[in-house]
Amino acid sequence: MGALVEIRNLSKVYERGKERIEVLHHVNLDIEQGGFVALMGPSGSGKTTLLNLIGGLDSPSEGTLSVAGRRIERLGEDALARWRASNVGFVFQFYNLLPMLTAQKNVELPLLLTRLSAAQRKRKATIALQLVGLGNRAQHKPSELSGGQQQRVAIARALVSDPTLLVCDEPTGDLDRQSATDILTLLQQLNRDHGKTIVMVTHDPKAAEYASHTLHLDKGSLVETPELAHA
Amino acid sequence: MKYLSLVWAALFRRKTRTFFTLLSVLAAFLLFGLLDSVRTAFAVASNSVAAADRLITVSKISFTLSLPKSLYTRIQTEPGVADVTYANWFGGIYQDPKNFFPSMAVADNYFDLHPEWQLPGEQRKAFHDMRTGAVVGASLAEKYHWKIGDKIPLQATMFPQKDRSNVWTFDLVGIYHVDDPNLRGQESNFFINWDYFDEARSLGNGTVGWYVVKLADRNRADQVAGEIDALSGDSDHETKTQSEQAFTAALMGQFADVGLIVGAIMGAVFFTLVLLTGNTMAQAVRERIPELAVLKTLGFTNRTVLALVLSESVLLLVLGGAVGLGIAGLIVDAVRTSLPAMGPTAPMVPVGVAIWLQGLGLMILVGLIVGALPAVRGMRLRIVDALSGR
Repeated sequence: MGALVEIRNLSKVYERGKERIEVLHHVNLDIEQGGFVALMGPSGSGKTTLLNLIGGLDSPSEGTLSVAGRRIERLGEDALARWRASNVGFVFQFYNLLPMLTAQKNVELPLLLTRLSAAQRKRKATIALQLVGLGNRAQHKPSELSGGQQQRVAIARALVSDPTLLVCDEPTGDLDRQSATDILTLLQQLNRDHGKTIVMVTHDPKAAEYASHTLHLDKGSLVETPELAHA
Repeated sequence: MKYLSLVWAALFRRKTRTFFTLLSVLAAFLLFGLLDSVRTAFAVASNSVAAADRLITVSKISFTLSLPKSLYTRIQTEPGVADVTYANWFGGIYQDPKNFFPSMAVADNYFDLHPEWQLPGEQRKAFHDMRTGAVVGASLAEKYHWKIGDKIPLQATMFPQKDRSNVWTFDLVGIYHVDDPNLRGQESNFFINWDYFDEARSLGNGTVGWYVVKLADRNRADQVAGEIDALSGDSDHETKTQSEQAFTAALMGQFADVGLIVGAIMGAVFFTLVLLTGNTMAQAVRERIPELAVLKTLGFTNRTVLALVLSESVLLLVLGGAVGLGIAGLIVDAVRTSLPAMGPTAPMVPVGVAIWLQGLGLMILVGLIVGALPAVRGMRLRIVDALSGR
């Protein structure tokens, strides 16, 4: 399989007043279509920054970033938003569900940006919830669900628009061991059975074991060679 | 419409806070509905009540001073005058001082010059034939359950009879109607014969309160008015003749500049409302910055986020405002039903389409104003900063 994500000479610099902080330093990386990559490294190593760049949440200071052949560093804010809507699913450490909406409505959120009818949106959200094993919790609000269940809803929301790429930022960081195992098994299943390319940031070596490849970042640079990320 | 459930859910995220904010919006628009009803009633009274071809002649010093009856024939013979009639304030009360309504002694041809008051021919004749006859508006008759043939005693507040009695008893011989809903307040008048009144009163005999002049050509109003006033020039009873519209506006002005008062009150109310709901919206959006960041992460564009926050703000105003205006409408209807005979015109007009449209415009405008800053903040937020709590 070819590379879904191609990163060349990627740098990210933040400027806080007069201070200039280089968070990523000339990173080169290929992530193959259908790969499951774990990004590890100490705090401040640039893991989340790299993940945000891959997911199109932030723009690089230097270098190129292609996803499925699209140079996303060239996209404007609105174009990038539309690209995210149809190409990337996001899973966060703290789930980031909207508390006033039911699980069903949370999962439907990305579909509001499509031309689907209300009935079609509902059907797709139901299928996504069933896929993560929460078909019977559709009408529950996040506060009525456990942490593991909330993260499953978040995964269903990430999947519902059928994106190629899932980016997960510490998806098990707020969960107990059993729930974490369940979530990681689910991600693995999505990778293996549904062909989703997954990039996951984690501190947990056990979580990284579920990925097909593990990359280490330190002080903004990749410690291991990019080739390791190839499936 | 597909975003409505999202906007609705966001609005009622903090139910108690939203409820109290809605109450304040409701109160503001309730006040708006009531005050605008009063303001419109006064505006209608000073505009549409007046006929374009009628002039009113009153004392130049004050319209409460009388004019000699002898002016009648002199005005009548003025070129450009098609007809003249006259009247005098009677000022009677019925049974209790609180039962006060406009009561006037009028000349025999008074109804000729006021075709908007519809009085059947036989009742008109009965008014002419019976010295003690009285004609009342339908609203007034309905309020006091009067019917033709009733004897109605009125207590004089200004004009006792020659025998010093303050009680005047009249025979109800006619009930007139007004079709135009804007003029319905004029159905609260009580008319008696001027001839009988002048003969029986103990003071002011031979004088009238005002003349009503019908123009032969409405385009010559200013010229005819000047000529009428010239008749009394340099006398002790100089007159001021003006269009009925100008006269009514001046009469309303005696009460107060209602438009200015209503404008000032509503200005203060809406200023407070903008601060209050603006603060609520700012707080609500500040609390939801991470949620807005999530929406942007999922692909919502800046403009969509802007529109969502503005919609939430406008929805808040429209919900509270619509309920407030609805209640104002009910209150106005209740007041108009219970006080059909108040004042020279109805003190309030129904909360109709015009007030609703004006109110809706205000709701949207205030909603956009109070939502603008939070919406721009939501639109401009950087996803990575908002998600990391910066």
